[in-house]
Formats: sequence, structure tokens, C-alpha cells
Amino acid sequence: MGEVIVITSGKGGVGKTTTTANVGTGLAKLDKKVVLIDTDIGLRNLDVVMGLENRIVYNLVDVIEGNCRIKQALIKDKRYPNLYLLPSAQTRDKTAVNPEQMKKLCDELRDEFDYILMDCPAGIEQGFRNAIAGADRALVVTTPEVSAVRDADRIIGLLEANEIRRTHLIVNRLRMDMVRRGDMMSSDDVVEILAVDLIGIVPDDENIVISTNQGEPLVGSDSMAGKAYMNICRRVMGEDVPFLDLNGRRNLLQRLGDIFRKN
Amino acid sequence: MGFADFFRRKSSGNVAKDRLKLVLVSDRAGCSPEIMEQIKNDIIQVISKYVEIDLDGLDIKITQEPDGNNGTVPALFANIPIKEMRTKKL
Repeated sequence: MGEVIVITSGKGGVGKTTTTANVGTGLAKLDKKVVLIDTDIGLRNLDVVMGLENRIVYNLVDVIEGNCRIKQALIKDKRYPNLYLLPSAQTRDKTAVNPEQMKKLCDELRDEFDYILMDCPAGIEQGFRNAIAGADRALVVTTPEVSAVRDADRIIGLLEANEIRRTHLIVNRLRMDMVRRGDMMSSDDVVEILAVDLIGIVPDDENIVISTNQGEPLVGSDSMAGKAYMNICRRVMGEDVPFLDLNGRRNLLQRLGDIFRKN
Repeated sequence: MGFADFFRRKSSGNVAKDRLKLVLVSDRAGCSPEIMEQIKNDIIQVISKYVEIDLDGLDIKITQEPDGNNGTVPALFANIPIKEMRTKKL
């Protein structure tokens, strides 16, 4: 029986789609059968991040409206035998779908897949309600910024109110050099404020931009972000994986500098 | 950044954290600064009927208190210094 996970954040641009693409691809690499659903109707993005934009025939709204069967709309990722994408519609809007229909869709996919990942749109309106309708658990993505953490707090409250009890936090785009200088909140700061369980810390990594340019998720690669995403996948599956040391090796002079910068 | 600033400056990460904590208190309570101001004024009005309040020392805010179940509940915290009791005038 598959598990439905919604990836959400409240604020836009913090990395929901990138996280969905990488966690989904990572779980498929770990031999799980995975389907990614882009629920951002009208602003389709997950297809390009996955590099599958040229293969879309039918979309989420077609499935909901009964224009095609689910099987026909699912795009099989040829790079991984267990990975599928259900793209969003680009020419419609959020009102084309309602939460009951989304819940029904999730339930139909549960028999077939181990993980059903819902890429949630920004905001807390109907698009959000559609995305969380069928979810068993949530990954809340935030960056260490006041605005993003504030929105994440609101989202966590709304998830609780909608009886989604298992909520985990991903702190994205952390810059350790700035944290050391005291110019960025640390993941500990964010966790302390939001009071939810941390499932991953993804460092700011230019390889993410490169991989998004190419339409190939970097999960599992040798880059810092690639390793961080793979660790998140293992934790999603219930493994106990220690957090990465993002500091790297620092020499004596650098460490002395850290001491002086603290205040 | 000059040498003197180096020691004086509060790190921007901590500034962010403090600002965030404050903004979340009112977000979580669903209580805007305007409503807080109204609550404050109403409390002053009521209490002033009986005692003289030190308005400068007045502190009214919503805080998060542990609910004994690993979560928090909002609480209205009011510290109202009294200058003089008005009982004699009655």
C-alpha cells in the first residue's frame, strides 16, 4: 500500500519542485516504485526539472475529467524503471480540480506505487488544499530566511488542522560559510523555531542550477546537494542516517577566524 | 565593516531569529498589532477606574506557554505597574 507525501512550503521559490524531483528520483534509485504528481495547475514546472517536458500527452486535469485513463497520462522516465510523472495542465487553473477528486486519484495510485509525491503550489489557497487532500505525510521545505520560515510555520499549522500528523522539515539552501559568520540562521535555529522534526539539510550548491538546466536530478551524485538528497530519501524510507558534515575540512586559521566572528 | 563595528554588531542571523520569533507569536495567536493595541487600551481603561497605572512601565503581549503536551498555547501576558491605589477617593 503506497504512501502519499506532499512537498509543500507556503512561500514560492524555496525549492519544492527541485526537492520533489530529487527525492522522487532518489527513491526510484533505491528500487521503490514512485510517481510524481505536479499539482500546480497553470504553472507547470516539474516536467522541465525532470527533463520530461517533450513527452507530455495527457495531464492531471485530463485524468480528473476522464479524458484519458491514468495509465495513459503517466510519463515513464526512461532513465529509471520505477519512476513516473503525472504532469500538470498548463492552460487551466486551480479550480479545474477539487480536493475530493485529488484524494480519489491518490487512493487509486496507492495500489500501484510505493510512493506518491505531490508537488504543491505556493500559497495556501485551493491549489494547496488540492495537493494535501490525499496526503499521509508532508515534507515542508524552507530556506533559512525570515519570510520562508514564517510561511513554513503557517503551513505546519494548516497541515495539523487538516490532520496530517507526520510532518518533516527540509532546510534548503543553507550556506555554512554564512552560518559560521553569524549572517544566516542555522538549521538548528530554524528547527527550534518551528518545533518539527528535521529530515534533511540541503546546502546551497551550484550543481543544483546545473542539473536543473540539464533536466537531470542530481540526487545520488557526488555533489553535496546530491548526497544530502539521497540521505533524505533514506530517511523518508525510515532509515536512521546521520546528517552530513557540511563544514568540510577547515584549517587552523579559518577556525581561529570563526572564533573571532562569534558574538 | 570597521574594526569597532566588528565587536559591536549583532549578527544578522540572530537579528533574523529574533524578528522571526516576534512575528510568529502574533501569527500563531492570529492577533494583529492593531488588535493588541485595542486590547491594551481597553485593559488600561478598565484598570484605571480602580488604580493609577504607570503607563511607561506597561507591558502587554501574547506569549507561547507550554501546554504540558509537548506543544504550546498562546497566553496573554500583562505586567501593569500601579502608581497609586484609588481606594481612598471612593
